[in-house]
Amino acid sequence: MSDSLVINNLHASIGDRPILKDFSLTVPKGEVHAIMGPNGTGKSTLSKVLAGHPDYSVQSGEAFLDGEQIIGLEPDVIARAGLFLAFQYPSEIPGVTIANFIRAAIVARQAKGAPFDAKAYYAELYAKMDALKMDRKFTGRFVNEGFSGGEKKRCEILQLMMLKPKYAVLDETDSGLDIDALRIVSEGVNAMRGPDTGFLVITHYQRLLEYIVPDRVHIMWDGRIVHSGGKEVALELEAKGYDWVKTELASA
Amino acid sequence: MNAVASAPAGVLDVAQQSAETAHYRAQDWFVVLRQQGWHTFQSLPMPTRDNEKWRFSDARSLSLDGYAPAPAPTAAQAADLIARSRLISDAAGLIVHVDGHCILKPTLSAELVAQGVVFESLEDAVRTRPALLQEHLLKHPVLLGSDKFAALHRAWLRAGYVLHVPKGVEVKQPFVSVTWTLTDDVAVFPHALIIADERAVADIHDFHLSAKADQRALAISAVDIHAGTGSQVRRLAVQAWGSATQSFQVDNTCGGRDALISSVNAAVGSRRARLENCVRIDGEGADVRLYGISVATGEQEFDQRTLQIHAAGHAKSDLLFKNALLGKARTIFSGLIKVAPEAQRTDAYQTNRNLLLSPDAEADSLPGLEIEANDVKCSHGATTGQIDPAELFYLRARGIPLAVAQELLAQGFLEEVLAKVGHEQAAAAVREMLRLKFHQA
Repeated sequence: MSDSLVINNLHASIGDRPILKDFSLTVPKGEVHAIMGPNGTGKSTLSKVLAGHPDYSVQSGEAFLDGEQIIGLEPDVIARAGLFLAFQYPSEIPGVTIANFIRAAIVARQAKGAPFDAKAYYAELYAKMDALKMDRKFTGRFVNEGFSGGEKKRCEILQLMMLKPKYAVLDETDSGLDIDALRIVSEGVNAMRGPDTGFLVITHYQRLLEYIVPDRVHIMWDGRIVHSGGKEVALELEAKGYDWVKTELASA
Repeated sequence: MNAVASAPAGVLDVAQQSAETAHYRAQDWFVVLRQQGWHTFQSLPMPTRDNEKWRFSDARSLSLDGYAPAPAPTAAQAADLIARSRLISDAAGLIVHVDGHCILKPTLSAELVAQGVVFESLEDAVRTRPALLQEHLLKHPVLLGSDKFAALHRAWLRAGYVLHVPKGVEVKQPFVSVTWTLTDDVAVFPHALIIADERAVADIHDFHLSAKADQRALAISAVDIHAGTGSQVRRLAVQAWGSATQSFQVDNTCGGRDALISSVNAAVGSRRARLENCVRIDGEGADVRLYGISVATGEQEFDQRTLQIHAAGHAKSDLLFKNALLGKARTIFSGLIKVAPEAQRTDAYQTNRNLLLSPDAEADSLPGLEIEANDVKCSHGATTGQIDPAELFYLRARGIPLAVAQELLAQGFLEEVLAKVGHEQAAAAVREMLRLKFHQA
């Protein structure tokens, strides 16, 4: 378990409304797991709770990053512990350039007072932007301000590639993407797949999983996982629709 | 001299003021100007809070007692401060004052001299260019409330500079003035007289700095800008006096036909600082941009009063003042757009945005319009708010600690105005001052 993202019996709510209800899941490092489910079932809540969003409260349960309990920690502490959340709707940050933003995130991970290698940083940043087919001029643009949907998601993947987390949660990364952007974003994620990183890909549609082929697919319903299987589960869900989940899986 | 020494010393002492004025015996017009200042100062009451122009200001704590002119710095002090004044490497000329004494006169290129450009200390210009000064010096009325302080400025007028860019001369590099306070309890009255003739282009950077961070001083500065037909005047003014300073800035600009005027007022220093920025558009087609930016911390009070007067039609003015507040700091923004009946087709805008970074900080905003023409586009808006929690979470979700994230967002908030400076090195210098202010808070 020290080499996994482990979520045990998580109960979480926003206000008085319970959303995660005894949610459990394990994502071993090196694997890509997908969570599929209809809107309102708690997928985005899961990602926010893991990332430490202050609007959600956790009643019980735990989550471990390679054995380190993260529930209740501050969001920046969780991020530095190795969890990355790619946002469904990334915020626009006026006046803060992408270069300064990612730089601040990297400096936050360095030992206090350690020198920052600006030359190496820009070399790496440019290489990854090239891979994501982002214009290098974007380094001087304010984070997400005036970006198209596709540009925002590419910017998320750029941050993911620069910060190299142990585990990445991609929250509906496919929403708002055209097919070209979807392919570029997926290539970025696929390039990061390997023994050092685990992925939890949250999506409403099977389409994304044609590009990021998962090792395991989990179906979420009313705050918990109701069915798990291989990548074929996504196709099964696509064929049978969410009514199948409701009538056959949820009641099980 | 014994009689003078036993009198109450300082800028409120008539004997001391008269003694200094006597140095200008040969320039009787200047003597008269200073005497007028003194009499006006004596005749006016100190402002009080029930005066609408001082609404929300902490007028009760205003005091002019205990400030005095200071002697010139030693050679070593001057050398140190000149070295610290080299903030802009491509300056067309640099003038440096310390405690009201000019310690570095500008050296202009032979080309600029040949073109007739004048950039020299006010004290020199009083002697050498009386006609130019009598036409332009302190000709604007003081409309925004600091009449008494402006009168004291006039009474003690000596420090400062004159910039005159003649017709058709375009100067790309900035003229730079750095004004220091060094001695505690010094009173300084720096003046900037800027005259851009027809189609002249000039860029000015004014830095008001103190030798030490907690400098105690009284600074009453004034700026007269005369932007002629088709001229372009861009000015950056940085108020970074030491933290125990009382600062008053009375800026007056008049813009002629098709003039392009842009000013950025950045404020980080002083215990209290009041900026009065009045722009009068006298010519059609003028385009005026007024920007303000501040980081207020501790118990600082930044008091900003602006007036956009449209006396001619088909002109545009746009104002954006942004303040970030920490600690128990207070800012007051009071802005008025006045459009005369004949100023049809005016475009005038005014925006004040305040970012509260502490529950104890307070920002007051008093935007206003006074429109007598019927075919105009005018608007004003003011917002005061806190950091957007969604933006904060986004930064923290990338591992950026809370305090760093708040600072980044606050700096981002101010960046919109920094982008208007139009000179990378100057913008970087201001950005660094703002950054240090966050760290000292």
